[in-house]
Amino acid sequence: MGFILISLMILIGIASYFLGNLRAKNLRTSNQKNLKSLSHYYGYYVALWAVVPALLILLMITSFKSFFIEQYVLSDFIALGSYTETELSLLFTQIENTALGIKLFDENTILINGAVNKLNYINKTSENLTYVTVLGLSGLLVLYSLFNINNKLNSRKIVEKFLLVLYFTCSLVAIMTTVGIIFSLLYETLRFFSQVPITDFLFGLNWSPQRVFVREAGDLDTRDLANAFGAVPLFAGTFLIALIAMCVSVPVGLLTAIYMSEYASPKVRDWAKPIIEILAGIPTVVYGFFAALTVAPLVRDIGQGAGLTVSSESALAAGFVMGIMIIPFISSLSDDVIKSVPQSLREGSYAMGATKRETIVKVLLPAALPGIVGSFLLAVSRAIGETMIVVMAAGLNAKLTANPLDAATTITTQIVVILIGDQEFDSPKTQSAFALGLTLFVVTLALNFIALQVVKKYTERYD
Amino acid sequence: MTDRIEQRINSLNKRLNSEKRFRIYCIGAMSFALAWVLILFLNIFSSGYSAFYRTVIQVDVPFLNLIEDTTQFTEMSSEDINNLSMYSFSKKAIYGLFPDIEEKKDKKMLIRLFSIEFEQEIREFLKSNKSNINETETIYLTASDDVDQVNKGNYPRDLDEDKRRIKDIQLLFFDDLVDRGLVSYEFNLPFLMRGDSREPELAGVGGSIVGSLFTILVVLILSFPIGIFAAIYLEEFAPKNRVTDFIEININNLAAVPSIVFGLLGLGIILNTFGLPRSTPLVGGIVLSLMTLPTIIIATRASLRAVPPSIREGALAVGATKMQAVMHHVVPVAMPGALTGTIIGLAQALGETAPLLLIGMVAFVVDVPQTPLDASASLPVQVYLWSESAERGYVEKTSATIMMLLGFLILMNLAAVLIRRKFETKW
Repeated sequence: MGFILISLMILIGIASYFLGNLRAKNLRTSNQKNLKSLSHYYGYYVALWAVVPALLILLMITSFKSFFIEQYVLSDFIALGSYTETELSLLFTQIENTALGIKLFDENTILINGAVNKLNYINKTSENLTYVTVLGLSGLLVLYSLFNINNKLNSRKIVEKFLLVLYFTCSLVAIMTTVGIIFSLLYETLRFFSQVPITDFLFGLNWSPQRVFVREAGDLDTRDLANAFGAVPLFAGTFLIALIAMCVSVPVGLLTAIYMSEYASPKVRDWAKPIIEILAGIPTVVYGFFAALTVAPLVRDIGQGAGLTVSSESALAAGFVMGIMIIPFISSLSDDVIKSVPQSLREGSYAMGATKRETIVKVLLPAALPGIVGSFLLAVSRAIGETMIVVMAAGLNAKLTANPLDAATTITTQIVVILIGDQEFDSPKTQSAFALGLTLFVVTLALNFIALQVVKKYTERYD
Repeated sequence: MTDRIEQRINSLNKRLNSEKRFRIYCIGAMSFALAWVLILFLNIFSSGYSAFYRTVIQVDVPFLNLIEDTTQFTEMSSEDINNLSMYSFSKKAIYGLFPDIEEKKDKKMLIRLFSIEFEQEIREFLKSNKSNINETETIYLTASDDVDQVNKGNYPRDLDEDKRRIKDIQLLFFDDLVDRGLVSYEFNLPFLMRGDSREPELAGVGGSIVGSLFTILVVLILSFPIGIFAAIYLEEFAPKNRVTDFIEININNLAAVPSIVFGLLGLGIILNTFGLPRSTPLVGGIVLSLMTLPTIIIATRASLRAVPPSIREGALAVGATKMQAVMHHVVPVAMPGALTGTIIGLAQALGETAPLLLIGMVAFVVDVPQTPLDASASLPVQVYLWSESAERGYVEKTSATIMMLLGFLILMNLAAVLIRRKFETKW
């Protein structure tokens, strides 16, 4: 239904543009009067009247329709007064299924049959009603706006005003997204912390939410809750894996950046830089697959060859592959920063007889340090927020460990483990994922903020 | 005197040596990074290319055993053929490969050389060729995953029998079939067309390709206009005040938020508050467009900023309004940059997995989705799903899916580069 209606609206919009345009031209030739705007602006004016209010009404109808339909269909049951809210919504789904031809109940048949008939009836009527309302409104407004066209109406101003409001609304989407993120995270997190003290979450050493899962929500023991949601092992695992990743990516990334900016001939640069940047464009799920299937077994075999016990989901494998993924972030950001150090500093250093290495280590790197540190911080925030590599290659069970050969789990992994598949809402287990998400959000935001501040505050100006 | 000269020469040599070493470290680091690009691609390609062909086994099917006169098939409708009971008939056709086998256990082993849908395949053959069926027809039946892997050499044959999924007697049958020339390869079209399956030899990426296309379509429809309008407002019309500053800070922050947080947003708001259907490309597309919006806005703003002010001033000077100057003169010039940004944003969205896991696009979907409102997987999610499966056949399928995903990404990035090269104006 939606598709047909939307197509009709588009057709009406196009048609009314031509109508408005035509009417403006006619007025101009017949009345010899000067209209205030070019004729096609009158076309846009009529088209806007035709489409925009009708679409808004349609949006309102579709968002409130289901609520009213449910109220109407269930009115008999509500009148009985013996059903709770959740029972009612369950009942409605069952009625809907019955209407679709899936037989679900035997009891209460008269009421149910009545409700099914009501549902069928209201579905049909509401569809017809929607068509009539939307198309009728659109038609009326087309007529209204057509007759509204006269030499006093400046349609260009109206159309431009509309566009400006439209553009502004679009730019508000960014704010709404942020608000949405903060709201959804905070709402669930606060509900979580009403059951589990925040100190237990931040400082507890044991993470095993699946324990809560097996019990009924009714007889949850508070001591159980306290012991199940200690996030320290996750923080430690996230830190460990991010640290390994940085150990790989910082030296490689920085030295690559130095080579690119100081040593490489333009020719080498031209082909090496895009190839390294391919690493940044590869989807993380590919790295995850690579880590789980190639690197992790390799690490395990090498470790076992050296007589060590290595978990097949070792933090080392996940961290190493994550490090490779991050190399291009560090190398291209640092490359830009090193290149932007003024040429005079280099030449001054060479003039004193310094070698290239001495110039780089003693002059260029100190000068570029704020930018380089900024790029490291951005890379850390990237490593902490990375999900697929750790979900596929790191451990799924929380365990407090500092051994890189052991399995470690991360914040993002646990969010996915908890929320993948069917989850029951209102359980502290589900809500804990949102608390983890909020932690992640706050930490990455703080890192980015600090990175920006470092760059802003400590960068020296040479000109 | 000579002592001091020698000292100087020594220290100079030291410095020059450390210079050399440093240079080697740098080259080493770069080669390390380049090597991993190569290793990654070689690894994926070497394990993935074999998924594009599959093993089939020729079987002679004596249709005369099913019906007295094969011309009768011509008059049958598809429904009639569906109602024919063909299971034991199909099995007998397969037994015909080795007429000497008597034992029930061995017969079962023989049947297991084939994919479990062998009956269905014979039926499909019958349906599509019903007007000219001969008494005996040679049909290529899909081999089971184990046979397929053995044939491709991916499966170690020298393991102990109880550690192998494929048994000695099956290997015996298989080698005999190879000797008789009945085993061959064909292009794996079903892999590209079908949806997911619990049997590796029947699983395909068709469903997830369509799912990805729908998702990307939703992202394009939502984020292209919104992103460009927002960029136009912020770059051309926004007054310098707190609201616009706040919007800008927001956009920059959103670009740095980990993708999984957008998944939580989708789960908390779009699924649970607005009640849109789970597991669908529509919801996936909405979540991913919120994620790609910052990329598009930032790229579009950069290209709007690159348009020289003389263009705006020229338009204003001949009497255009501000809106006309922007829409008729600035935006068309900035369009290539905006398109490039959009394509790069779409490529990001195409490869994104984590948010989709949270909104339930990990469902096991056998049917190829028809609309953006059907439950479906997407290419990266398919990679994740298959990589969790134990069967050997899924490894090559996963790698092949990655190859296709990378292929799409390379195409999109090429398109972005071409658009930039071809249409960008230099001032």
